[in-house]
Amino acid sequence: MNDQPRPATRKIPAPAINNESRPFWDAAREGRFLIKRCRACGRAHWYPRLSCPFCFSDVTMWEASAGEGAIYTFSVMRRTDGPSYAIGYVTLDEGPAMLTNFVDCDLEALEIGQRVRLRFQETEGGPPVPVFAPA
Amino acid sequence: MSIKGKAYIGGVFEHPIREATDQSTPQLHAECAKGALADAGLIRDDVDGYFCAGDAPGFGAMSMIDYMGLKVRHMDSTETGGSSYILHVGHAAEAIAAGKCSVALVTLAGRPRQMRGGGLGGGRAMGPSEAPEAGFENIYGGTTHNVYGMCAMRHMYEYGTTSEQLAWIKVAASHHAQWNPHALLREVVTVEEVLASPIIASPLHRLDCCVITDGGGAVIVVSPEVARSLKRPLVKIIGSAEAPKGPRGGGDLDLTFSAGAWSGPAAFAEAGVTPADIKYASIYDSFTITVLMQLEDLGFCAKGDGGRFVADGALISGIGKLPFNTDGGGLCNNHPTNRGGITKVIEAVRQLRGEAHPKVQVPSCDLAIAHGTGGFLGARHGAATLILERE
Repeated sequence: MNDQPRPATRKIPAPAINNESRPFWDAAREGRFLIKRCRACGRAHWYPRLSCPFCFSDVTMWEASAGEGAIYTFSVMRRTDGPSYAIGYVTLDEGPAMLTNFVDCDLEALEIGQRVRLRFQETEGGPPVPVFAPA
Repeated sequence: MSIKGKAYIGGVFEHPIREATDQSTPQLHAECAKGALADAGLIRDDVDGYFCAGDAPGFGAMSMIDYMGLKVRHMDSTETGGSSYILHVGHAAEAIAAGKCSVALVTLAGRPRQMRGGGLGGGRAMGPSEAPEAGFENIYGGTTHNVYGMCAMRHMYEYGTTSEQLAWIKVAASHHAQWNPHALLREVVTVEEVLASPIIASPLHRLDCCVITDGGGAVIVVSPEVARSLKRPLVKIIGSAEAPKGPRGGGDLDLTFSAGAWSGPAAFAEAGVTPADIKYASIYDSFTITVLMQLEDLGFCAKGDGGRFVADGALISGIGKLPFNTDGGGLCNNHPTNRGGITKVIEAVRQLRGEAHPKVQVPSCDLAIAHGTGGFLGARHGAATLILERE
Protein backbone atom coordinates (compact mmCIF):
# COMPACT_ATOMS: atom_id res chain seq x y z
CA MET A 1 0.00 0.00 0.00
CA ASN A 2 1.27 3.47 -0.76
CA ASP A 3 0.69 6.62 1.26
CA GLN A 4 -1.85 8.09 -1.14
CA PRO A 5 -5.34 8.29 0.34
CA ARG A 6 -7.71 5.87 -1.33
CA PRO A 7 -10.22 7.65 -3.56
CA ALA A 8 -13.82 7.16 -2.52
CA THR A 9 -15.01 5.99 -5.91
CA ARG A 10 -13.44 4.11 -8.78
CA LYS A 11 -12.35 6.29 -11.67
CA ILE A 12 -14.05 5.28 -14.91
CA PRO A 13 -11.98 5.29 -18.09
CA ALA A 14 -13.21 7.08 -21.21
CA PRO A 15 -15.45 4.75 -23.23
CA ALA A 16 -14.35 3.55 -26.65
CA ILE A 17 -16.48 5.36 -29.26
CA ASN A 18 -17.06 4.50 -32.91
CA ASN A 19 -19.36 5.88 -35.59
CA GLU A 20 -22.06 3.39 -34.67
CA SER A 21 -22.14 4.46 -31.02
CA ARG A 22 -21.40 8.19 -31.45
CA PRO A 23 -25.05 9.38 -31.29
CA PHE A 24 -25.39 7.71 -27.89
CA TRP A 25 -22.34 9.46 -26.50
CA ASP A 26 -23.27 12.81 -28.04
CA ALA A 27 -26.59 12.56 -26.22
CA ALA A 28 -24.88 11.46 -23.02
CA ARG A 29 -22.82 14.67 -23.05
CA GLU A 30 -26.19 16.49 -23.01
CA GLY A 31 -27.47 14.33 -20.16
CA ARG A 32 -29.84 12.28 -22.31
CA PHE A 33 -29.89 8.48 -22.05
CA LEU A 34 -30.74 6.77 -25.35
CA ILE A 35 -31.51 3.18 -26.16
CA LYS A 36 -32.28 1.55 -29.49
CA ARG A 37 -35.63 0.07 -30.51
CA CYS A 38 -36.34 -1.96 -33.62
CA ARG A 39 -39.15 -0.74 -35.87
CA ALA A 40 -39.56 -4.23 -37.36
CA CYS A 41 -40.00 -6.36 -34.22
CA GLY A 42 -40.71 -3.59 -31.74
CA ARG A 43 -38.18 -4.71 -29.12
CA ALA A 44 -35.66 -2.46 -27.43
CA HIS A 45 -32.10 -3.78 -27.07
CA TRP A 46 -28.84 -3.01 -25.31
CA TYR A 47 -26.04 -2.21 -26.16
CA PRO A 48 -27.27 -0.09 -29.08
CA ARG A 49 -26.38 -1.33 -32.56
CA LEU A 50 -27.32 -0.64 -36.18
CA SER A 51 -28.95 -4.03 -36.70
CA CYS A 52 -31.49 -5.45 -34.26
CA PRO A 53 -29.93 -8.42 -32.41
CA PHE A 54 -33.37 -10.05 -32.17
CA CYS A 55 -34.63 -9.90 -35.79
CA PHE A 56 -31.57 -8.51 -37.66
CA SER A 57 -33.60 -5.65 -39.16
CA ASP A 58 -31.63 -2.51 -40.02
CA VAL A 59 -34.51 -0.24 -39.01
CA THR A 60 -33.47 0.55 -35.45
CA MET A 61 -34.30 3.92 -33.93
CA TRP A 62 -32.84 5.85 -31.02
CA GLU A 63 -35.30 6.65 -28.25
CA ALA A 64 -35.00 8.28 -24.85
CA SER A 65 -35.13 5.84 -21.95
CA ALA A 66 -36.66 6.81 -18.62
CA GLY A 67 -33.47 5.43 -17.06
CA GLU A 68 -35.34 3.43 -14.46
CA GLY A 69 -35.21 -0.23 -13.69
CA ALA A 70 -34.42 -2.98 -11.20
CA ILE A 71 -31.20 -4.73 -10.23
CA TYR A 72 -31.01 -8.12 -11.98
CA THR A 73 -27.76 -9.10 -10.28
CA PHE A 74 -24.57 -7.56 -8.93
CA SER A 75 -21.18 -8.29 -7.41
CA VAL A 76 -19.22 -6.08 -5.06
CA MET A 77 -15.54 -6.07 -5.99
CA ARG A 78 -13.44 -5.86 -2.82
CA ARG A 79 -10.22 -3.99 -3.43
CA THR A 80 -7.30 -3.43 -1.10
CA ASP A 81 -5.46 -1.24 -3.61
CA GLY A 82 -8.33 1.07 -4.50
CA PRO A 83 -12.00 1.73 -3.90
CA SER A 84 -14.38 -1.22 -3.79
CA TYR A 85 -17.17 -1.00 -6.36
CA ALA A 86 -20.34 -2.72 -7.46
CA ILE A 87 -20.85 -4.07 -10.97
CA GLY A 88 -24.15 -5.53 -12.08
CA TYR A 89 -26.97 -5.74 -14.57
CA VAL A 90 -30.05 -3.51 -14.48
CA THR A 91 -33.22 -4.55 -16.24
CA LEU A 92 -34.58 -1.33 -17.71
CA ASP A 93 -38.32 -0.76 -17.62
CA GLU A 94 -38.18 -0.66 -21.44
CA GLY A 95 -37.03 -4.30 -21.42
CA PRO A 96 -33.33 -4.78 -22.03
CA ALA A 97 -30.79 -5.55 -19.32
CA MET A 98 -27.53 -3.61 -19.29
CA LEU A 99 -24.20 -3.90 -17.53
CA THR A 100 -23.45 -0.98 -15.22
CA ASN A 101 -22.06 0.18 -11.89
CA PHE A 102 -24.10 0.96 -8.78
CA VAL A 103 -22.99 4.20 -7.14
CA ASP A 104 -23.93 6.56 -4.31
CA CYS A 105 -25.14 3.67 -2.20
CA ASP A 106 -24.19 1.39 0.67
CA LEU A 107 -22.47 -1.48 -1.15
CA GLU A 108 -23.55 -3.81 1.67
CA ALA A 109 -27.21 -2.93 1.22
CA LEU A 110 -27.61 -3.68 -2.50
CA GLU A 111 -30.29 -6.23 -3.29
CA ILE A 112 -31.49 -8.02 -6.38
CA GLY A 113 -34.84 -6.54 -7.40
CA GLN A 114 -34.04 -3.16 -5.87
CA ARG A 115 -35.32 -0.17 -7.90
CA VAL A 116 -32.59 2.04 -9.31
CA ARG A 117 -32.40 5.21 -11.37
CA LEU A 118 -29.84 6.31 -13.93
CA ARG A 119 -27.32 9.03 -13.48
CA PHE A 120 -24.32 9.94 -15.56
CA GLN A 121 -20.87 9.66 -14.08
CA GLU A 122 -17.84 11.58 -15.31
CA THR A 123 -15.05 9.64 -16.98
CA GLU A 124 -11.36 10.26 -17.48
CA GLY A 125 -11.42 12.47 -20.55
CA GLY A 126 -14.50 11.05 -22.28
CA PRO A 127 -18.26 11.56 -22.19
CA PRO A 128 -20.12 10.63 -19.00
CA VAL A 129 -21.29 7.01 -18.74
CA PRO A 130 -24.59 5.60 -17.45
CA VAL A 131 -24.49 4.29 -13.88
CA PHE A 132 -27.32 3.65 -11.43
CA ALA A 133 -28.16 4.58 -7.86
CA PRO A 134 -31.03 3.47 -5.59
CA ALA A 135 -34.27 5.15 -6.66
CA MET B 1 -22.18 -37.46 -40.08
CA SER B 2 -20.78 -37.94 -36.60
CA ILE B 3 -17.27 -37.96 -35.14
CA LYS B 4 -18.19 -40.86 -32.87
CA GLY B 5 -15.36 -43.37 -32.97
CA LYS B 6 -13.55 -41.49 -35.76
CA ALA B 7 -10.64 -40.31 -33.58
CA TYR B 8 -8.73 -41.20 -30.41
CA ILE B 9 -6.57 -39.42 -27.86
CA GLY B 10 -3.07 -40.71 -28.60
CA GLY B 11 -1.03 -38.72 -26.11
CA VAL B 12 -1.31 -36.15 -23.34
CA PHE B 13 1.12 -34.08 -21.31
CA GLU B 14 0.71 -31.63 -18.46
CA HIS B 15 3.77 -29.50 -17.85
CA PRO B 16 4.87 -30.03 -14.23
CA ILE B 17 6.00 -26.41 -13.92
CA ARG B 18 3.81 -23.92 -12.06
CA GLU B 19 6.25 -20.98 -11.86
CA ALA B 20 8.14 -20.48 -15.14
CA THR B 21 10.78 -17.90 -14.26
CA ASP B 22 13.27 -18.96 -16.92
CA GLN B 23 11.27 -20.33 -19.85
CA SER B 24 9.80 -18.42 -22.76
CA THR B 25 6.17 -19.02 -23.67
CA PRO B 26 7.05 -20.55 -27.09
CA GLN B 27 9.50 -22.85 -25.32
CA LEU B 28 6.74 -24.02 -22.97
CA HIS B 29 4.51 -24.80 -25.97
CA ALA B 30 7.31 -26.86 -27.51
CA GLU B 31 8.05 -28.68 -24.25
CA CYS B 32 4.37 -29.59 -23.95
CA ALA B 33 4.31 -30.79 -27.57
CA LYS B 34 7.37 -32.98 -26.97
CA GLY B 35 5.84 -34.38 -23.80
CA ALA B 36 2.60 -35.37 -25.50
CA LEU B 37 4.41 -36.85 -28.50
CA ALA B 38 6.58 -38.92 -26.17
CA ASP B 39 3.50 -40.06 -24.27
CA ALA B 40 1.91 -41.19 -27.54
CA GLY B 41 5.09 -42.75 -28.92
CA LEU B 42 5.07 -40.44 -31.92
CA ILE B 43 7.61 -37.98 -33.31
CA ARG B 44 7.25 -34.39 -34.46
CA ASP B 45 7.20 -35.27 -38.14
CA ASP B 46 4.14 -37.47 -37.60
CA VAL B 47 2.13 -34.30 -36.80
CA ASP B 48 0.03 -33.12 -39.74
CA GLY B 49 -2.50 -30.95 -37.90
CA TYR B 50 -1.97 -28.17 -35.34
CA PHE B 51 -4.44 -26.47 -33.00
CA CYS B 52 -3.87 -23.53 -30.67
CA ALA B 53 -5.75 -20.56 -29.21
CA GLY B 54 -5.10 -17.04 -27.98
CA ASP B 55 -2.29 -18.03 -25.62
CA ALA B 56 -0.09 -19.11 -28.55
CA PRO B 57 2.28 -16.20 -29.19
CA GLY B 58 2.42 -14.73 -32.66
CA PHE B 59 0.24 -14.70 -35.74
CA GLY B 60 -2.56 -17.23 -35.27
CA ALA B 61 -1.11 -20.72 -35.50
CA MET B 62 1.61 -19.71 -37.93
CA SER B 63 4.25 -18.51 -35.46
CA MET B 64 4.15 -21.68 -33.35
CA ILE B 65 4.00 -23.93 -36.43
CA ASP B 66 7.12 -22.21 -37.74
CA TYR B 67 8.86 -22.17 -34.33
CA MET B 68 8.37 -25.90 -33.83
CA GLY B 69 9.16 -26.73 -37.47
CA LEU B 70 5.82 -28.45 -38.00
CA LYS B 71 4.72 -29.48 -41.47
CA VAL B 72 0.94 -29.55 -41.26
CA ARG B 73 -1.88 -29.73 -43.78
CA HIS B 74 -4.55 -28.59 -41.31
CA MET B 75 -4.61 -25.83 -38.68
CA ASP B 76 -7.19 -24.23 -36.42
CA SER B 77 -6.77 -21.38 -33.95
CA THR B 78 -10.37 -21.10 -32.75
CA GLU B 79 -10.45 -18.96 -29.61
CA THR B 80 -13.06 -19.53 -26.91
CA GLY B 81 -10.84 -18.72 -23.93
CA GLY B 82 -10.10 -21.51 -21.49
CA SER B 83 -12.49 -23.96 -23.15
CA SER B 84 -10.63 -23.69 -26.49
CA TYR B 85 -8.61 -26.87 -26.04
CA ILE B 86 -11.65 -29.05 -25.31
CA LEU B 87 -13.20 -27.58 -28.46
CA HIS B 88 -9.94 -28.19 -30.37
CA VAL B 89 -10.08 -31.91 -29.58
CA GLY B 90 -13.56 -31.99 -31.10
CA HIS B 91 -12.41 -30.00 -34.12
CA ALA B 92 -9.41 -32.31 -34.50
CA ALA B 93 -11.75 -35.30 -34.50
CA GLU B 94 -13.81 -33.60 -37.22
CA ALA B 95 -10.70 -32.91 -39.30
CA ILE B 96 -9.49 -36.50 -38.88
CA ALA B 97 -12.93 -37.86 -39.77
CA ALA B 98 -12.83 -35.73 -42.93
CA GLY B 99 -9.38 -36.99 -43.86
CA LYS B 100 -7.74 -33.58 -43.38
CA CYS B 101 -5.11 -34.87 -40.94
CA SER B 102 -4.29 -38.00 -38.93
CA VAL B 103 -2.08 -36.76 -36.07
CA ALA B 104 -3.33 -33.49 -34.57
CA LEU B 105 -1.34 -31.60 -31.95
CA VAL B 106 -3.09 -29.21 -29.51
CA THR B 107 -0.90 -27.00 -27.30
CA LEU B 108 -1.47 -24.45 -24.56
CA ALA B 109 1.15 -22.59 -22.53
CA GLY B 110 1.80 -19.28 -20.85
CA ARG B 111 3.36 -17.42 -17.93
CA PRO B 112 0.72 -15.29 -16.18
CA ARG B 113 2.61 -15.39 -12.86
CA GLN B 114 5.53 -13.63 -14.51
CA MET B 115 3.32 -10.91 -15.98
CA ARG B 116 1.37 -9.92 -12.87
CA GLY B 117 1.52 -6.56 -11.24
CA GLY B 118 -1.07 -4.23 -9.83
CA GLY B 119 -4.18 -3.94 -11.91
CA LEU B 120 -6.74 -6.58 -11.50
CA GLY B 121 -4.99 -8.97 -9.17
CA GLY B 122 -4.47 -11.60 -11.83
CA GLY B 123 -8.01 -11.52 -13.14
CA ARG B 124 -8.56 -10.70 -16.75
CA ALA B 125 -10.29 -7.46 -17.58
CA MET B 126 -13.14 -7.56 -20.01
CA GLY B 127 -12.56 -7.40 -23.70
CA PRO B 128 -10.45 -5.63 -26.32
CA SER B 129 -11.32 -2.03 -27.11
CA GLU B 130 -12.40 -2.75 -30.71
CA ALA B 131 -15.05 -5.24 -29.57
CA PRO B 132 -18.57 -3.99 -30.43
CA GLU B 133 -19.59 -3.99 -26.76
CA ALA B 134 -16.38 -2.33 -25.54
CA GLY B 135 -17.62 1.23 -25.12
CA PHE B 136 -20.70 0.08 -23.24
CA GLU B 137 -19.15 -2.57 -20.99
CA ASN B 138 -15.40 -2.32 -20.47
CA ILE B 139 -15.84 0.90 -18.51
CA TYR B 140 -17.47 -0.81 -15.50
CA GLY B 141 -14.50 -2.67 -14.04
CA GLY B 142 -15.62 -6.13 -15.08
CA THR B 143 -13.11 -8.87 -14.31
CA THR B 144 -13.36 -12.62 -14.27
CA HIS B 145 -14.03 -12.53 -10.51
CA ASN B 146 -16.98 -10.18 -10.48
CA VAL B 147 -18.52 -11.32 -13.77
CA TYR B 148 -18.63 -14.88 -12.37
CA GLY B 149 -19.67 -13.44 -9.01
CA MET B 150 -22.75 -11.89 -10.63
CA CYS B 151 -23.81 -15.37 -11.79
CA ALA B 152 -23.37 -16.79 -8.30
CA MET B 153 -25.38 -13.92 -6.82
CA ARG B 154 -28.31 -14.53 -9.17
CA HIS B 155 -28.13 -18.31 -8.73
CA MET B 156 -28.36 -17.84 -4.96
CA TYR B 157 -31.30 -15.48 -5.41
CA GLU B 158 -33.28 -17.79 -7.68
CA TYR B 159 -32.45 -21.18 -6.21
CA GLY B 160 -31.28 -20.62 -2.64
CA THR B 161 -27.77 -21.81 -3.44
CA THR B 162 -25.43 -21.11 -0.52
CA SER B 163 -21.77 -20.24 -0.04
CA GLU B 164 -21.44 -23.45 2.00
CA GLN B 165 -22.58 -25.49 -0.99
CA LEU B 166 -20.13 -23.70 -3.30
CA ALA B 167 -17.37 -24.29 -0.76
CA TRP B 168 -17.85 -28.07 -1.03
CA ILE B 169 -16.56 -27.85 -4.61
CA LYS B 170 -13.26 -26.37 -3.43
CA VAL B 171 -13.11 -28.89 -0.57
CA ALA B 172 -13.48 -31.78 -3.03
CA ALA B 173 -10.76 -30.37 -5.30
CA SER B 174 -8.43 -30.00 -2.34
CA HIS B 175 -9.01 -33.62 -1.28
CA HIS B 176 -7.76 -34.66 -4.72
CA ALA B 177 -4.88 -32.17 -4.88
CA GLN B 178 -3.26 -33.59 -1.75
CA TRP B 179 -2.16 -36.61 -3.84
CA ASN B 180 -0.77 -34.56 -6.74
CA PRO B 181 2.89 -33.66 -6.13
CA HIS B 182 2.71 -30.99 -8.83
CA ALA B 183 -0.40 -29.24 -7.46
CA LEU B 184 0.13 -25.59 -6.51
CA LEU B 185 -2.13 -26.00 -3.44
CA ARG B 186 -1.91 -29.44 -1.82
CA GLU B 187 -3.48 -28.64 1.52
CA VAL B 188 -6.90 -30.12 2.27
CA VAL B 189 -9.30 -27.32 3.19
CA THR B 190 -12.64 -27.33 4.98
CA VAL B 191 -15.92 -25.60 4.21
CA GLU B 192 -15.24 -23.32 7.18
CA GLU B 193 -11.84 -22.33 5.79
CA VAL B 194 -13.36 -21.46 2.41
CA LEU B 195 -16.00 -19.31 4.09
CA ALA B 196 -13.38 -17.63 6.29
CA SER B 197 -11.26 -16.59 3.31
CA PRO B 198 -11.79 -12.97 2.26
CA ILE B 199 -14.51 -11.97 -0.17
CA ILE B 200 -12.93 -11.11 -3.53
CA ALA B 201 -16.07 -10.36 -5.55
CA SER B 202 -19.28 -11.04 -3.67
CA PRO B 203 -20.43 -13.68 -3.07
CA LEU B 204 -17.16 -15.38 -4.07
CA HIS B 205 -14.38 -15.85 -1.53
CA ARG B 206 -10.71 -16.15 -2.33
CA LEU B 207 -10.95 -19.92 -2.02
CA ASP B 208 -13.84 -19.98 -4.53
CA CYS B 209 -11.29 -18.84 -7.12
CA CYS B 210 -8.87 -20.95 -9.14
CA VAL B 211 -5.11 -20.66 -8.87
CA ILE B 212 -2.91 -18.65 -11.21
CA THR B 213 -0.13 -20.77 -12.67
CA ASP B 214 2.44 -20.74 -15.42
CA GLY B 215 2.81 -23.83 -17.52
CA GLY B 216 0.77 -25.60 -20.11
CA GLY B 217 -0.22 -28.86 -21.67
CA ALA B 218 -0.68 -30.69 -24.94
CA VAL B 219 -2.95 -33.33 -26.42
CA ILE B 220 -2.43 -35.53 -29.48
CA VAL B 221 -5.57 -36.59 -31.36
CA VAL B 222 -5.10 -39.41 -33.84
CA SER B 223 -6.99 -41.45 -36.41
CA PRO B 224 -8.18 -44.96 -35.47
CA GLU B 225 -5.40 -46.46 -37.61
CA VAL B 226 -2.70 -44.46 -35.82
CA ALA B 227 -4.30 -45.16 -32.42
CA ARG B 228 -4.12 -48.91 -32.95
CA SER B 229 -0.46 -48.65 -33.93
CA LEU B 230 0.44 -47.01 -30.60
CA LYS B 231 1.27 -48.89 -27.41
CA ARG B 232 -1.22 -46.89 -25.35
CA PRO B 233 -4.69 -47.64 -23.98
CA LEU B 234 -7.36 -46.72 -26.53
CA VAL B 235 -9.28 -43.59 -25.52
CA LYS B 236 -11.97 -43.00 -28.09
CA ILE B 237 -13.79 -39.72 -28.76
CA ILE B 238 -17.49 -40.49 -28.92
CA GLY B 239 -19.11 -37.08 -28.62
CA SER B 240 -18.23 -33.39 -28.84
CA ALA B 241 -20.10 -30.12 -29.08
CA GLU B 242 -19.58 -26.40 -28.63
CA ALA B 243 -21.82 -23.40 -28.04
CA PRO B 244 -21.50 -19.63 -27.50
CA LYS B 245 -23.64 -17.50 -25.16
CA GLY B 246 -23.82 -13.78 -24.54
CA PRO B 247 -26.19 -11.17 -23.10
CA ARG B 248 -28.13 -11.43 -26.37
CA GLY B 249 -29.06 -7.78 -26.71
CA GLY B 250 -30.18 -7.64 -23.11
CA GLY B 251 -33.37 -9.52 -23.90
CA ASP B 252 -34.43 -12.17 -21.40
CA LEU B 253 -31.07 -12.05 -19.64
CA ASP B 254 -30.56 -15.26 -17.65
CA LEU B 255 -27.23 -15.68 -15.90
CA THR B 256 -28.22 -18.88 -14.11
CA PHE B 257 -27.23 -21.10 -17.02
CA SER B 258 -24.21 -21.37 -19.29
CA ALA B 259 -23.70 -22.32 -22.92
CA GLY B 260 -23.10 -25.82 -21.58
CA ALA B 261 -26.88 -26.15 -21.55
CA TRP B 262 -26.56 -26.41 -25.35
CA SER B 263 -23.18 -28.10 -25.86
CA GLY B 264 -23.78 -30.72 -23.17
CA PRO B 265 -26.98 -32.30 -24.52
CA ALA B 266 -25.57 -32.18 -28.07
CA ALA B 267 -22.43 -34.05 -27.03
CA PHE B 268 -24.40 -36.62 -25.03
CA ALA B 269 -26.71 -37.17 -28.00
CA GLU B 270 -23.78 -37.77 -30.32
CA ALA B 271 -22.17 -40.15 -27.85
CA GLY B 272 -25.43 -41.99 -27.23
CA VAL B 273 -24.92 -41.92 -23.46
CA THR B 274 -26.47 -40.02 -20.55
CA PRO B 275 -25.00 -38.18 -17.55
CA ALA B 276 -25.93 -41.19 -15.38
CA ASP B 277 -23.48 -43.31 -17.41
CA ILE B 278 -20.48 -41.03 -16.70
CA LYS B 279 -17.88 -42.51 -14.31
CA TYR B 280 -15.59 -39.47 -14.09
CA ALA B 281 -16.12 -35.77 -14.86
CA SER B 282 -13.54 -33.09 -15.65
CA ILE B 283 -15.52 -29.89 -15.10
CA TYR B 284 -13.95 -26.46 -15.70
CA ASP B 285 -13.38 -24.85 -12.33
CA SER B 286 -12.33 -21.27 -12.86
CA PHE B 287 -14.56 -20.58 -9.86
CA THR B 288 -16.74 -22.84 -7.73
CA ILE B 289 -19.89 -21.37 -9.28
CA THR B 290 -18.63 -22.39 -12.73
CA VAL B 291 -18.66 -26.04 -11.65
CA LEU B 292 -22.09 -25.85 -10.07
CA MET B 293 -23.77 -24.22 -13.05
CA GLN B 294 -22.10 -26.53 -15.56
CA LEU B 295 -23.13 -29.67 -13.64
CA GLU B 296 -26.74 -28.48 -13.87
CA ASP B 297 -26.41 -27.52 -17.53
CA LEU B 298 -24.87 -30.87 -18.44
CA GLY B 299 -27.80 -32.66 -16.82
CA PHE B 300 -26.09 -34.22 -13.80
CA CYS B 301 -28.91 -32.66 -11.78
CA ALA B 302 -31.87 -30.40 -12.40
CA LYS B 303 -31.37 -26.64 -12.82
CA GLY B 304 -31.26 -25.13 -9.36
CA ASP B 305 -30.31 -28.40 -7.61
CA GLY B 306 -26.56 -27.92 -8.10
CA GLY B 307 -25.98 -26.76 -4.54
CA ARG B 308 -27.56 -29.85 -3.04
CA PHE B 309 -25.82 -32.03 -5.64
CA VAL B 310 -22.27 -30.90 -4.80
CA ALA B 311 -22.64 -30.76 -1.00
CA ASP B 312 -21.28 -33.24 1.52
CA GLY B 313 -18.38 -34.51 -0.56
CA ALA B 314 -20.40 -35.66 -3.56
CA LEU B 315 -17.54 -34.77 -5.92
CA ILE B 316 -14.76 -36.52 -3.93
CA SER B 317 -13.37 -39.64 -5.60
CA GLY B 318 -14.05 -42.78 -3.59
CA ILE B 319 -16.67 -41.02 -1.46
CA GLY B 320 -19.11 -39.14 -3.63
CA LYS B 321 -21.41 -40.00 -6.50
CA LEU B 322 -19.53 -38.05 -9.19
CA PRO B 323 -15.71 -37.94 -8.91
CA PHE B 324 -14.53 -34.69 -10.49
CA ASN B 325 -11.18 -33.03 -11.25
CA THR B 326 -9.11 -35.71 -9.55
CA ASP B 327 -5.87 -33.85 -10.30
CA GLY B 328 -7.03 -31.05 -8.00
CA GLY B 329 -8.40 -29.05 -10.94
CA GLY B 330 -7.95 -25.37 -11.51
CA LEU B 331 -9.03 -24.67 -7.95
CA CYS B 332 -5.94 -26.37 -6.46
CA ASN B 333 -3.64 -27.95 -9.02
CA ASN B 334 -3.12 -25.93 -12.16
CA HIS B 335 -4.84 -23.32 -14.33
CA PRO B 336 -2.05 -22.71 -16.82
CA THR B 337 -2.11 -19.24 -18.36
CA ASN B 338 -5.62 -18.71 -16.93
CA ARG B 339 -6.99 -21.41 -19.23
CA GLY B 340 -8.05 -24.72 -17.74
CA GLY B 341 -9.44 -26.59 -20.73
CA ILE B 342 -6.45 -28.71 -21.61
CA THR B 343 -5.91 -30.02 -18.08
CA LYS B 344 -9.56 -31.13 -18.11
CA VAL B 345 -8.89 -33.32 -21.14
CA ILE B 346 -5.60 -34.60 -19.70
CA GLU B 347 -7.04 -35.79 -16.37
CA ALA B 348 -9.99 -37.44 -18.13
CA VAL B 349 -7.51 -39.38 -20.28
CA ARG B 350 -5.50 -40.37 -17.19
CA GLN B 351 -8.68 -41.70 -15.58
CA LEU B 352 -9.70 -43.67 -18.67
CA ARG B 353 -6.20 -45.16 -18.96
CA GLY B 354 -6.14 -46.03 -15.26
CA GLU B 355 -3.15 -43.70 -14.86
CA ALA B 356 -4.62 -41.29 -12.30
CA HIS B 357 -3.12 -41.31 -8.81
CA PRO B 358 -4.17 -44.57 -7.09
CA LYS B 359 -5.81 -42.56 -4.29
CA VAL B 360 -8.17 -40.89 -6.75
CA GLN B 361 -8.39 -43.40 -9.61
CA VAL B 362 -12.02 -44.27 -10.34
CA PRO B 363 -12.44 -48.08 -10.55
CA SER B 364 -13.31 -49.44 -14.01
CA CYS B 365 -13.41 -45.94 -15.42
CA ASP B 366 -14.59 -46.47 -18.99
CA LEU B 367 -16.64 -43.32 -19.68
CA ALA B 368 -15.64 -39.73 -18.91
CA ILE B 369 -16.64 -36.18 -19.75
CA ALA B 370 -14.43 -33.11 -20.13
CA HIS B 371 -16.36 -29.86 -20.18
CA GLY B 372 -15.35 -26.22 -20.09
CA THR B 373 -16.52 -22.62 -20.14
CA GLY B 374 -14.14 -20.04 -21.57
CA GLY B 375 -14.44 -16.28 -21.34
CA PHE B 376 -16.90 -14.54 -19.06
CA LEU B 377 -19.69 -16.67 -17.62
CA GLY B 378 -21.85 -13.61 -16.90
CA ALA B 379 -21.22 -12.07 -20.32
CA ARG B 380 -19.79 -13.68 -23.49
CA HIS B 381 -18.45 -17.19 -23.15
CA GLY B 382 -17.91 -20.36 -25.12
CA ALA B 383 -18.68 -23.87 -23.88
CA ALA B 384 -17.15 -27.09 -25.15
CA THR B 385 -18.07 -30.64 -24.19
CA LEU B 386 -16.13 -33.81 -24.94
CA ILE B 387 -17.19 -37.37 -24.13
CA LEU B 388 -14.48 -40.02 -24.08
CA GLU B 389 -14.69 -43.80 -23.83
CA ARG B 390 -12.10 -46.41 -22.94
CA GLU B 391 -12.21 -49.02 -25.69
